[in-house]
Amino acid sequence: MPAEVVRVIPQKTRSTVLMVPALAWLTALMVVPCGLILALAFFRRGIYGGIEYTFTLENFALLLDPLYAGIFLTSARIAGLATLIAVVVGYAAAYAIAAAPRNRQPILLFFAILPFWSNYLIRTYAWIVLLNREGLITQGLRLLGYEGEPPSMLYTEGAVIVGLVYNYLPFVILACYAPLSRLNPELAEASSDLGASAFTTFRRVILPMTIPGIAAGAVFVFVLSIGNFITPALLGGGRFQMIGNLVYAQFLTANDWPFGAALSMALIAIMLGLLTLQAMVAEKTAGETREQSDG
Amino acid sequence: MSTLLSVDHVTKRFGAVTAVDAVSLDVKENEFFALLGPSGSGKTTVLRMLAGFEIPEEGRILLDGKDISRVPPNRRPVNLMFQSYALFPHMTVAGNIAYGLEVEGLPRPEITSRVGEIMEITELAPFARRKPDQLSGGQRQRVALARALVKRPRLLLLDEPLGALDKKLRAAMQLELKRLQHDVGITFVIVTHDQEEALVMADRVAILQDGRLVQCGTPHEVYEHPANRFTANFIGVMNFFDENGRTVAIRPERLRVFAEGTERRIEGTVIATAYHGLDLQLHVRTDLSSEPFVVRLTAEAADRRPVAEGDTIPIGWNTSDTRIFTD
Repeated sequence: MPAEVVRVIPQKTRSTVLMVPALAWLTALMVVPCGLILALAFFRRGIYGGIEYTFTLENFALLLDPLYAGIFLTSARIAGLATLIAVVVGYAAAYAIAAAPRNRQPILLFFAILPFWSNYLIRTYAWIVLLNREGLITQGLRLLGYEGEPPSMLYTEGAVIVGLVYNYLPFVILACYAPLSRLNPELAEASSDLGASAFTTFRRVILPMTIPGIAAGAVFVFVLSIGNFITPALLGGGRFQMIGNLVYAQFLTANDWPFGAALSMALIAIMLGLLTLQAMVAEKTAGETREQSDG
Repeated sequence: MSTLLSVDHVTKRFGAVTAVDAVSLDVKENEFFALLGPSGSGKTTVLRMLAGFEIPEEGRILLDGKDISRVPPNRRPVNLMFQSYALFPHMTVAGNIAYGLEVEGLPRPEITSRVGEIMEITELAPFARRKPDQLSGGQRQRVALARALVKRPRLLLLDEPLGALDKKLRAAMQLELKRLQHDVGITFVIVTHDQEEALVMADRVAILQDGRLVQCGTPHEVYEHPANRFTANFIGVMNFFDENGRTVAIRPERLRVFAEGTERRIEGTVIATAYHGLDLQLHVRTDLSSEPFVVRLTAEAADRRPVAEGDTIPIGWNTSDTRIFTD
């Protein structure tokens, strides 16, 4: 009898019912707080750190102040470099995994994402152990006979980039592996048969067909990097402030919640813009990937 | 006609499996040549060695007298039409066809005119700007063919080119391919497991079994004079029976129902009839073999003397129409 009852509930009603818990969760913990933060950005900071409920656009105007605009640009540069390196390294790794024998691929993927199973903070601290002036790298150089000043690697922009690349590389590998493993190997053979060199085949056949994976991985790394505040705080030593650090400071030390909210909204806007771009790339190539599965 | 391609004692192993075992064959200039065999016979491996995707362990492959066994695929004047077509999904029809000329570095005007010309021949001009996923199976097949032909190869290889098409389209395309091959004057080597397709299209057929070349000849030769029992059974329908310790074989169309004026005559029971339009196929059980004989009766003869299941009828033949196998 209950089975019959289930059957008469229309498909549409059933999927709506099933989505309710997730939607409720997202609304309560994501949409509502984001709306509150957005609202906050239009108010004025109180004299003693509180919030004065009068409408203003000056928080957004402040974003254009050279000091803050400069931090945005620095963050974009660091995130951009981290993205570039992560995409090049990650794509190469994904390519190698996809080219490995089928039965070995799961274990290789497992190793690629292994670091992910440990805590973000611990992974970042591990880089301090490696990079500090008397750290493992310096000691290794000494074993090889190096006697000069220890290289200063920690608390540099390079260290921040290395930390970001390291943390987000698994995402890029997974995102690029998916389209690479689906690629029909006969397409590369056909290209070679038609006279193309290995490089031309890569540039004109393999790369264009795996762009959606690259775009997904790149947007992921960039968005997470530009808003990151742990890695710049630990590996940049507080000397390199990124937007994430700035937001953190506005809410927790400067007590300027309205400006912190405006900064957050700017970050969210960048993120939404990039995700839209990525969705468009994915949409454009979707039909082509469908054709591939028809064989 | 001069020899274009020589496969000379070529052997290819994959681990412990010998996929191709000392195969030798010659293909002449402008010939339509078929490699025929069941799956696992090594025909696709031979084709992949001709294209350059596999390197033979032993033997040589000569094209125009030059050994090309180790020349990479992109430096051979040989093109392959893949069984899956392997069209580039992100390029248009025109883009797919132009690709091979672009990577060759030909000047743009020449590419445009050659692509236009081949699209006319293959009737693809109206679809030039479409992507492969907007084409029917038959259209994709023509794009794959045009993409290979536009390169004007010395040798065009076709891997089961009609395998993905439905039966009616296949029959039309068999004749179409043969006409095209004649018009463009390019040597074709086709791989197929379909014996009927090979007989219809090819000037000569090579039959492979377990990596070995069993027989090579014109369709008429391999049909009328099969080299062994395998070939006899693989090409067309053949009736076998044992007599004096030998295997005797005869084609259904050489058997005569009612045995009028034949040297040999036996009685049998009709156990099944199948209507084929032009003729009636009878399955006749006799004492001569465990398998029933397959006999062909023309529609005209069947009208004159109707035959039904359960009837006992005489069938006969002339010994000159039989083939003897000792293997």
